[in-house]
Amino acid sequence: MRVTVLYFAWLRERIGEPREEVETSVATVADLMAELATRSEGHALAFADRTSLRVALDQELADFSAPLAGVREVAFFPPMTGG
Amino acid sequence: MSTLPNRVRVQTEPFDLGAEANAFAASLSQAGAVVTFTGLVRDNGGHLLAMEIEHYPGMTERAIAAMVAEAKARFALEDALVIHRYGRLAAQEPIMMVATAARHRGDAFAAAEFLMDYLKSRAPFWKKEISVSGADWVAAREADEAALERWQE
Repeated sequence: MRVTVLYFAWLRERIGEPREEVETSVATVADLMAELATRSEGHALAFADRTSLRVALDQELADFSAPLAGVREVAFFPPMTGG
Repeated sequence: MSTLPNRVRVQTEPFDLGAEANAFAASLSQAGAVVTFTGLVRDNGGHLLAMEIEHYPGMTERAIAAMVAEAKARFALEDALVIHRYGRLAAQEPIMMVATAARHRGDAFAAAEFLMDYLKSRAPFWKKEISVSGADWVAAREADEAALERWQE
């Protein structure tokens, strides 16, 4: 399946791109993170510490164990700091 | 939900706190209490050149609208308004505001705190401090995450 992957804040800076189109057959967010981490040194650095990452699936916060079936947009970012 | 689109605004432009609060109060028909909160860009070390705020267009508006809907379900609110800016801001500039309206002040105060606690940790915004010594992403505070616990049932 094909998903759009978005990066924000320091993830975007480490990876060097705000978004990429990814062809994948993995089942969960955690699997996708492992796969993305192999793409470049920047990716590996960005995904090195999962405790400092959050994920949204089609713009809803989700867990790393969440399945990817039917998901079109996956966003990775650090903990939010609004307000 | 009945939240009108202009009750959740994510924008780069400055807003006029007084004008927004007055217009919000003037639109009400039942409320006896309006609470407003405004967040300003804080310059902790006195060396801040600018604050850059990034957000996730689309999700940001949806997440805040869901928080407003949740606030209306929990508290006896007549209405609520949230404005949050993004882009490059200078020290002491207003970043965001929340206004809540209820028949009595208890609900208005509680709903404003609820919305602020959720906006801090669950709305997709990220702050970067630009200072004379460089640029740093603001880290999330444990206290902000802990503040959410009091609202869990």
